Amino acid sequence: MSILEEHIASSAGIGISASRPDGKEKARGDFLFSNDLSSEDMLWGQTLRSPYPSAKIKRIDYSRALAMEGVHAILTAGDVPGENIFGLEHPDQPVLAFDVVRYVGEPVAIVAANHPEVAKKAVDAIIVDYEILEPMVDSEEAIYSDPIHPEGNVIRHLVIRHGNPDVVGSIIVEGEYEVGMQDQAFLGTESGIAFPSSDGGVNLHISTQWLHSDRDQVASALNLPNELVRVSLAGVGGAFGGREDVSMHVHLCMLAMHTGRPVKMIYDRNESFLGHVHRHPAKIWFRHHADESGLLINVEAKVILDGGAYASTTSAVLANACCFSVGPYSVPNALIEGWGVRTNNPPCGAMRGFGNVQTCFAAEAQMDKIAKALSIDPVELRLLNALETGDTLITGQEITGTAPISEVLTSLASYPLPEAGTNAILELPGGTGRTTDKSHVKRGIGYAASIKNLMFSEGFDDFSEARCIITDGEVSIQSACVEVGQGFVTLVNQIVEETLGLTEVTLLPVDTSIGSAGSTSASRQTWMSGGAVLKACEAVVDALLSDLASESGISYEKIGLSLISTDGSDSIGIVSALHGRNYDEHVTHRHHPTFPLDRNGQGDAHVSFAFAAHRAVVDVDEELGLVRVVEIATSQDVGRILNPVQAKGQIEGGVAQGLGLALLEELILVDGKIVNANFTDYLLPTAMDTPPIEIAALIEQPEPGAPFGAKGIGEPPVISSTPAIVAAIRDATALELSRVPVKPEDIALTD
Amino acid sequence: MDFLIASSTENLCNLLAEDPTRQLLAGGTDFMVEVNFRHRDISGVIAIDRIKELKQWRHDGDSVLIGSCVTYKEIEQGPLSALIPALAQSARTIGSPQIRNAGTIGGNLATASPAGDMIPVLLALGAEVNVRSKSKVRQLRIDELITGVKVNSLSEDEFIESIRVPVLSGPQEFLKVGPRNAMVISVTSLAMVTDIEKKYIGIALGSVSASPCRSDEAEYFISQHIDWDSMTVQSDVIENFERLVKESASPIDDHRSSSSYRTHTVGVLARRALLRIFRLGI
Repeated sequence: MSILEEHIASSAGIGISASRPDGKEKARGDFLFSNDLSSEDMLWGQTLRSPYPSAKIKRIDYSRALAMEGVHAILTAGDVPGENIFGLEHPDQPVLAFDVVRYVGEPVAIVAANHPEVAKKAVDAIIVDYEILEPMVDSEEAIYSDPIHPEGNVIRHLVIRHGNPDVVGSIIVEGEYEVGMQDQAFLGTESGIAFPSSDGGVNLHISTQWLHSDRDQVASALNLPNELVRVSLAGVGGAFGGREDVSMHVHLCMLAMHTGRPVKMIYDRNESFLGHVHRHPAKIWFRHHADESGLLINVEAKVILDGGAYASTTSAVLANACCFSVGPYSVPNALIEGWGVRTNNPPCGAMRGFGNVQTCFAAEAQMDKIAKALSIDPVELRLLNALETGDTLITGQEITGTAPISEVLTSLASYPLPEAGTNAILELPGGTGRTTDKSHVKRGIGYAASIKNLMFSEGFDDFSEARCIITDGEVSIQSACVEVGQGFVTLVNQIVEETLGLTEVTLLPVDTSIGSAGSTSASRQTWMSGGAVLKACEAVVDALLSDLASESGISYEKIGLSLISTDGSDSIGIVSALHGRNYDEHVTHRHHPTFPLDRNGQGDAHVSFAFAAHRAVVDVDEELGLVRVVEIATSQDVGRILNPVQAKGQIEGGVAQGLGLALLEELILVDGKIVNANFTDYLLPTAMDTPPIEIAALIEQPEPGAPFGAKGIGEPPVISSTPAIVAAIRDATALELSRVPVKPEDIALTD
Repeated sequence: MDFLIASSTENLCNLLAEDPTRQLLAGGTDFMVEVNFRHRDISGVIAIDRIKELKQWRHDGDSVLIGSCVTYKEIEQGPLSALIPALAQSARTIGSPQIRNAGTIGGNLATASPAGDMIPVLLALGAEVNVRSKSKVRQLRIDELITGVKVNSLSEDEFIESIRVPVLSGPQEFLKVGPRNAMVISVTSLAMVTDIEKKYIGIALGSVSASPCRSDEAEYFISQHIDWDSMTVQSDVIENFERLVKESASPIDDHRSSSSYRTHTVGVLARRALLRIFRLGI
């Protein structure tokens, strides 16, 4: 029986494959996503965006547009009631551009009309005179060139100096790498609806990842106290980091408050690509030093991330890219220098894997180069250098939690390889295009391993609040944790069942009437909001035990789901003990504190780490450059499995996204403009591109301090799957392949 | 704005004669995307997907007559796939199952995309297009119908009624290169069809010129080196053949591919198609 089957066979609480409470609704199409929301007298909003990557706004004339029948409002920068600036980590981006535009797609004006088509026509009728400027679109040049923003072009320059970076190895490998701009490409585009309220505030229903961050930014832009901006979660159709930043939020609220009517917006697919941040494109240089046995002794790197026109989370993404640049390996000496820069390209920010993805692609290629130079098996080399508990990262931080990298790698390497190739033409490279016969195919195998920090880093006060309310024995849970598909709604039921034995759980509406749960990102919600729910349930148990003690004069303790009197005279089930009782326990959960990095990039900046490894098997048609991924196998460090089916879902989804970056997914920029902002040309993997994903092992070593010992599992699958696939293509072709996505011509046209 | 449903081809002739600016909606797989993205101005629309005559096909002797509203799915999976295998192979490469259920052969032709997947097959087979209006009926070759990038030679009041496709007596191949294994716009494509009795080989290319084009010189050259009795081709001419196919292409650079990759792959596809159909002789 596989580890997954064993868990499925169990019956309740933590560790079983409990089904999603919203699963049937979603499968049947009954679930209300944010774009399904409506109100009787609502208006439709639309955004006028800059067609230029860099230009001065000389004049905006919307008189003709405003006179159109059905148009209720047109607002520009001057109409922003509060600070015309927002930003997830650092406010530097205008709600509406006021003097210049800095990227193609930057919002310039917003319209409310009685019909979406009228709103679009009105947008077309707005006249903007631009003085077009030369855009800065090269991230390397941007470091030293004239600033495109008052705050300059370098958002963050980070240096990590560890040990003695002058040490020279007997084996030296060097390489330059590039990562293209990937997009989250969630299926549900941005949408929301804002209602003006009679107290002068506004109620915003929106698909997002972090209600309270949205609220604070909206309130500041509207010049309202936080309590007059109420943000409610609307059904989210995927996120992957792309909904962490504010998009239409302030616009909707401005239009609703200006017109006194509810206003709804839905971005179409094209606008969605313009309306959210992307994964940072990266240029990376590495020089690895190893001794003759393959032991890493020094790593040098330079990392440039293109943040686009505004900061978003560039600073934190850069920290991840640099802190974990060497991968899950022990490296005594390192000099890593990173820049997160502004350009006139579209803004970049959070996406699943958050900075670790970019450097992992490069560093894992370097590991293979060392293995090749020494004729060592690539898994052997990784095992030789694998981090263990008690080891120190290049940031000087000691790993105090679990670090089963050896177990991850060993279990993966011993997993059986797939059968030799097929003759079925549709299963060979080229797929339905019937380009390739078996005789044209070379098979390759590649490995990669990764490290991911869990939760927020660098001293951020990271917390989540939750309430457990018992009303006559019935339980309700309140949390502002956003469900984006990761399974928190299922986990809440499992935690309550595990701790209180109650199976009917009401999850209260998710909004800002409770304190923050933090963002659904950084693989953090199970630990943070799951931890908060657990704590709230435990607080109810404590209150109940104390009530029982004061009522009966005997003290009780909880064993399993029973409450046993310490004198042994009484035992009652917790469910019946709760019957007829009322509690309301409100708790805040924090992980242990982290600290900023010092001027040498040293410090205990991170909370906990999760590890994964991937093995890719590919068939390559070298002459045409076409690749068919035959199988991805993976092992992952999960701490403890809370829900096996959901764990599998996270792994499969993450691997598919990693495959996308390896072979297909890239927003192509020409002079700062995205030329493929559609699903015809932004190619996501289809069912024919995504191979069987085999879970070799889920390593369960409970993480100290983590609720139930569970580590976040959402991000690791996307990080090392990409380099494993490219390593497999290199194995088949012997090509360098230093850029992802790997295009067919990168393989076919090299001589 | 008029939204009309044509009940028959005769009704359609009248509706177009009344107001030739009305646009035809068949499967809608290109049309609706253009409408949604407001790349197409419409003053009137006639839905033609319920006209029975246009949804039928029949096999008469040495050809099949395919109504313009026959879907990709029917061509891919029905009895037509045995009669015109390369057309079925091209249909399989188009979009998702939902798109193939809706999209039509007439739409593929009228849209006249350089990447229209069925067009190289129909070119190589020497298909003819029956075009009709209230006042006249006329037959066009594919290269007469498709005159440029997304440009066809239909006048405003005309519509494609059917396509006459010869049924040949030899193997056929359609190959298409794209970065994804399914649901992808072609970077290059190639159709090669043969008729053993007539000793005919037809070759046409997609996505490597403003409109899909025949490789006339390559066809003529290779036909000189084929032994139809043994179904072999001379091995020392393959390189030349590949070169001639490449020379018939005039691809562009765009965000989907460089022109050099297009030229390279069209040559590879030609060689591979040839060697699937013919064995190498001496």
